[in-house]
Parts: sequence; structure tokens; C-alpha cells
Amino acid sequence: MRELFRFFPDSASSISDAVDALYLWLTTVSTIMTLLIFLAIGYFAIRYRRREPGEVPAPVLGSLRLEILWSVIPFLVMLSFFTWGTYLYFHSQTSPKGGMEVFITGKQWMWKIQHPSGPREINELHVPIGVPVNLTLASEDVIHSFYVPAFRIKKDVVPGRLNRVWFQATKPGKYHLFCAEYCGTEHSGMIGWVYAMERHEYEQWLSGGGGEGSMATRGEKLFQQYGCASCHTMETAGRCPSVRGLYGRQVLLRGGEQVTADDSYLRESILNPRAKIVAGFEPIMPTFQGQINEESLLQIIAYIKSLGVEGGEEVEATKK
Amino acid sequence: MSTVPVEPVVEAPRNYLNASYGVKSWLLTTDHKRIALLYLVTITILFFLGGAFAVMIRLELATPQGDLMTPDTYNKMFTLHGIIMVFFFLVPSIPATLGNFLVPMMIGARDMAFPRINLLSWYVLTIGAVISISAAVMGGVDTGWTFYTPYSTTYSNTYVTLMAVGIFIAGFSSILTGLNFIVTIHTMRAPGLTWFRMPLFIWSHYATAIIIMLGTPVIAITLLLVGAERTLKLGIFDPALGGDPILFQHLFWFYSHPAVYIMVLPAMGVVSELITCFSRKRIFGYSFVALSSVAIAILSFLVWGHHLFVSGQSVYAGMIFSLLSFMVAVPSAIKVFNWTATLYRGSISYDTPMLYAFGFIGLFTIGGLTGLFVATMAIDLHVHDTYFIIAHFHYIMVGGTVMAYMGGLHYWWPKMTGRMYPEGWAKFSALVLFVGFNLTFFPQFILGYLGMPRRYYAYPEEFQVLNVMSSAGATILGVGYLIPLVYLFWSMRYGERASSNPWGATSLEWQTPSPPPTENFTVTPVVTEEAYTYSHEAPEHV
Repeated sequence: MRELFRFFPDSASSISDAVDALYLWLTTVSTIMTLLIFLAIGYFAIRYRRREPGEVPAPVLGSLRLEILWSVIPFLVMLSFFTWGTYLYFHSQTSPKGGMEVFITGKQWMWKIQHPSGPREINELHVPIGVPVNLTLASEDVIHSFYVPAFRIKKDVVPGRLNRVWFQATKPGKYHLFCAEYCGTEHSGMIGWVYAMERHEYEQWLSGGGGEGSMATRGEKLFQQYGCASCHTMETAGRCPSVRGLYGRQVLLRGGEQVTADDSYLRESILNPRAKIVAGFEPIMPTFQGQINEESLLQIIAYIKSLGVEGGEEVEATKK
Repeated sequence: MSTVPVEPVVEAPRNYLNASYGVKSWLLTTDHKRIALLYLVTITILFFLGGAFAVMIRLELATPQGDLMTPDTYNKMFTLHGIIMVFFFLVPSIPATLGNFLVPMMIGARDMAFPRINLLSWYVLTIGAVISISAAVMGGVDTGWTFYTPYSTTYSNTYVTLMAVGIFIAGFSSILTGLNFIVTIHTMRAPGLTWFRMPLFIWSHYATAIIIMLGTPVIAITLLLVGAERTLKLGIFDPALGGDPILFQHLFWFYSHPAVYIMVLPAMGVVSELITCFSRKRIFGYSFVALSSVAIAILSFLVWGHHLFVSGQSVYAGMIFSLLSFMVAVPSAIKVFNWTATLYRGSISYDTPMLYAFGFIGLFTIGGLTGLFVATMAIDLHVHDTYFIIAHFHYIMVGGTVMAYMGGLHYWWPKMTGRMYPEGWAKFSALVLFVGFNLTFFPQFILGYLGMPRRYYAYPEEFQVLNVMSSAGATILGVGYLIPLVYLFWSMRYGERASSNPWGATSLEWQTPSPPPTENFTVTPVVTEEAYTYSHEAPEHV
């Protein structure tokens, strides 16, 4: 216990000061409002206290002017909360270009973390300061929630889908990582630390781990192992659509719908291949539901992503 | 031969309490007043049961380490605390006791529109409660009162299905009560009692009944689906079975957010009665206070998505839900301002019910304003699922609803029992409750902003000071609830006899003896005035 009383947690991300400022604005307005009401009640209660038992005060009707005033003014003040809060929230949900990627899997009751270049950690996340970090969040079982109070960010980790969130650490240090969504027996033990490090320290840390190769390399092995390679890598389309250059591209589905081949699409197509069938192909792929865990799925997606170098041009082509 | 002196027999006037005797006369009664008392006994027992679970929670959290019980036991404690308090105390609290007793009396009716259905609703609640308590006794439930999937459908090894059955059944009790209120208010008002002459207590119960009728079937269906997925492996919520866990949250909050207003609207109705009576004033802005209840009932169904700001819900959906959540705050603010303005140039007395009304306004204001924090998406991002949320909703539900419930109970106690409660003790315990409540829950706002997640059995040491304050406050709060339990019981026998209208109030329930006769009024009252006509002078405009 460093200090007996604190009102703010560490502020260590690119948005944490802004969230605190908004919080202070809300606190200020709320305090003023509370005081106004308390003082009004206190003043009236004393000023107009009953002096004789039989006293009957003159009735006062309402006042339309006052009603409008105390509906409109608070609402306008609330609109300031809404506008500021929404602006900041949208900013917090839109990851900037050029960030690094980290893949997080929540599991009763631990956080498993993979860095694309190889290192894996449990309940610890090392990140450099000054770089946007994009997190892809997957759950093996129930809903968890990735929460770093010092960064003022939180995102539920929902089974069956990939959620994303980003942050940019601004101050080196060691910060709490909590699971915020109740997930069973050891929910309060599903905690860890985020280490925000100077760039060079981070590079040093990164070079220390990752003996098993990058996520994409591990994904490639799994791609072979599960037999995906036998069909999905042919250059000319055979029975299956090729995954080469697939990532990020628009895919035309049976029925004319178009979807972007992003992480969620790839994940769904592995686990539930019949959900979205590519135009011109038959639904012959077996499901891998229950056979590949979330960590491995993220590796396979990383591998497919690594094949998608020429994908960028094709996106442009379809747009034209 | 000696003569035995004959004591003069004083025939006590017939009232609903001494009209008949015996267990059967209570268990088979169709008198809304007796049914209200049956509810009162039931929910008082359930309240103290739910409170006992809270005691266990606060004891465990007095130290950062998990040391008093196992994590599984702790998880069951907060789950049972939430389930009992929300579904079996707060939802029925004011409507089923005070509402049941007063809705017919305030509108000058002899009973509810459907007296047998009214009795049935009590049996239904009791059966639901018995099933839920047996689920608790057999081994408990550890899902949290929110039953989030797929934890509740696939991963929890506790008595989830049985508990869901209990809550499912109890829901029908709400529906039957709501139905009764709507029909009674529409069809049984005394001659001259137009809609805009009704006491605000009636307006708020009417609005509550609408929410109950529209919302409760949704939670019933949702719990049914949870049970179906657990027992039949139907894929609805679990992604491994092809379901969507977020769908559950949409369904759950579609009921459970309006449910907050099921709990707080009747409380607002009580407070309108208390403020007017103890300042002897017409309510300031009657139609605004009345119609704001209806506005709340409608808007409350459009804000559920603010529980999903961090779930991965579309940011645009989030934006709309955030805006609508701010809008629902406006009618609540209107009420607070009008109550405050009602005090202006009043004749204010400090009887216990009024102290509770003051307490309500203060705590509800704080609860409401902190609601604005969590409606602000960027703030919710940080405080979602932390102790900030716990503090916020306890300010609304305990600071708001329970304070008003206590105030109402004291206010109408003379009418219900024919006896006065001891004023000194009552004032003392109101003060104890206010202090204990704030000491328990205010530190939790700070804890939440510091980042302490809810439902944590053990926590980092830096959070201990605030947790100890909270646990200490809870002890005081507990004492504050025990004192009234004792003196209210005591007063039923030894309290001073109450006159028919001890507070000099204007509504119809005070125009008949305390306790009232079974048929409420010997002569059907005729209403010729607006509610709260304490003075016949021409009203001033401000």
C-alpha cells in the first residue's frame, strides 16, 4: 500500500488521461447538482418547517416555465457527456494503422498470450510503449473480459467470436490485468500483469523468447497437420477456394453476398464451413468444431494472413 | 351466593384484522389487505435471508485474501444474494405489499378487480421462493444473478435449472399482480376520481404494471431457454452448439433493465405521497410527475444495450443506446426537481416517513447521477463490471427503493395495523440506515474507478482500506434493519392506537378507520377534488 487514499488508478495509456478528464467533468457536474438539491431540500426543510400543528400553507400550482427549464438544461448538459463520451469511445474502438498485433486467448482461469513473431506468455503481457497494440481476443470456454485499469480499456472475450481492442501504453511500468466478466470458481485468480517497456527493452525481451518459430510458422504446421494444405493451397481453383492472397479480400458467396475475409470469417469457415459458402464451390469441407483450440485457430489464421501479400492489390481491383 | 362482577364487554369495531380468526381465514382470504400482509411476512423473511448472504460477502471481503470460505461458496453467496434480493424482494416489495394494500383503498374500491387471482399471485410467489430456496439449500447456484451464458448453460455444475424454474414461477406472480393493478385502476375508481385526480402512487403503480406485463414474459422465455439448453443441449446460447452467448444478454437485459424501474417507480410513487403529506402541499407539477412515470415505463424498454458496451456490440448501436439512456434520465430528474419544489413554502414536519423521503431523494439523486457516468460509453469502458456498478445500482435499489419502502411502511403502518410505531426509535434507525448505507456503498464508487472488478473473492491489497470501510458500513446497515424489525413487531401489540388519519393526509385510505373494515369503505366515497388538496385557497402560480 503506497498511499492510503487514491482516487485514480495509474494513468498509462494514450486515452487514460482523456477518460479521467471526462470523469472529472461528470464528477464536477454531479457534485454541483447533488449540492444544489441537498441545499435546496435543507433550506426548504428549515425555512418552511412546521411552526404550529394546525398550519396549512397556501397551495402552489406548478410552473410550465420551470418544468421546461429543468428538463432542457439537464438534457443539454447530458448531451455534453454523450458527445464527449461517444467521441472518446469511438476513438478507443478504432485501431490506428501501423500498430503491432497480439493474440489473447482467455480460458478458465488464465490468459494465454501469443506474439506473432513467436513468444508466448501466460498471465503476462509485454508491450512496448508508444506503439499501438491491437489485441485479438478469443475464448476457449465462457465469456471473460480483458481489463487493464491503468489503460482504461476493457473488452469482453466472447466464445464463438473474435473481439478486438487496442491500446497504446505511454508510461513504462507494471500494471494489473484483470478478468472483469465473472467466469467461474477462480474468476478472481484470472489476473496477471501488463509490462509496458521502453522500445529497446522490449526488443531485447522479444529476442529472448520464441524458440518455436513465429505464429505463422506454427500455423503452417497445423495447416499441413489437419490436411487443409491438400486442397486449399492449389494455385488454380480445384474443389476448394485457395487461401493464397485471401486475407482482407472481398469474397463472393453463393447467393451473391460479399464478405471481407477477416479473422472472424476465417475462424467461422474453419469451424462451421457451411455457414458461408464461396460462390462456385460445393459445401464438402468437414467441420473442425471441437478439434482445434482457439490458440491454434489464431495460428492458422496468422498463417493464412502471411500468404496474403498480394491481397492488397486485389482489394483495389475489386473496388475499381 | 356471590355475584361475579361482570366486566363490561367493549365490542372492538369490526375491521379486516378481527373479522375472522384462524390460519385458514388468512390462507384462503381474498381480502387485498390480508394478502398484502401475507406478502409482507413473506418478503420480510426473504429480505433477511438475502441480507444474510450479503453479510457473508462483506465478511469475506474484509481481507484481501480469500480466507473465510472457498471461492465456490463465495460465488454462491453473491449469486443467492442477488437472486433473492432482486427477484424475491425488490420486484415484489412495494407493489405486492403497499401496492396491494393501497391501490384499491386509494381509488375508493372495495377490493382488487380479481381478488382470487390476487391470492393466487401470493401462492405463486411462495412456490417460486420455496423452489429457489431449495435450490440454494441443495447446493446453491454460482452463475451470478445475471445467469450469463454459456457459463450458466454449459459450465456451471450447480442447481441452475431448478433456480431458473423458481424464478420462472415467481415471474407469474408479478404478471398476475400487474394485471390486477391495470384492470383495477381502469375499472374500479370511485365516482369523481378522474385520471388526473389520482394520487401519484396510483400513477406509478400503473406504469409499473405496464412494465411488468410487457417485460416479465421475456425473462420467463429466456430462463426457459437456459433450462432447455442445459437439459436438452439445444443450441441457443452456447457457440459450441451453434448458439450465440450475446443473444442471452440482449434477452436478459430487455427485461432486467426495465425491471430496475419495476423496483424504483413504485418507490417514486411512495415518495410523492410522503413529500406532499409532510409538507401539506399540493405536488408541484402534478401532470409532469404523473406522466414522467409513463415516460419512464416506455423509455426503459429502449436502453438495454447499455449493458453491452464492452461486449463487442456495434459501436453505432452503442451510440443509440447511450443517447436513449440519457433520455430516460430526464423524467427521473423531473421528479426530483418537482419533489424539491413541493417543499417550497410548505409546512414541513420531520416525522420518520419524511426522513426516509429526504433520504430517498438524496440517495436516488446520487444513484441517478452516477447512472449518467455509466451511460457515457468511454467511462463505462473503464468502470463496467467494477465496484462502480455495484455502488451505482445499490444507490438506486437500496438507497432508492428500500428507503422508500421503509418510509412507506412507517407511513401506512398505522393504517395497516391500527397502531403507531415508536417515533424515537424509528427516527434513530432511519439515521442509522442512512449513515450505514453511505459508508457501505460510497467507498465502492472509488474502488470501482480504481479498477476493482466485481465478483472477486480475493483482491489486490491496495483495495483493502476501502473494502474494510464498506464492510464496517454494512454492519451498521444491518443494525439499521434489525431495529425496525423489533419495534414494528412490538408496536403491533403495544403501540399507541392510531386514529383514522394520524398524518392529516388527503387521500381516500385515510378517510376510513384504522385498521379499515374488510370492505374498506362503508359508504363508497365520491371524489370532488384533485389529489393533495390540503388547502382550499386558490393556488398561486410561481
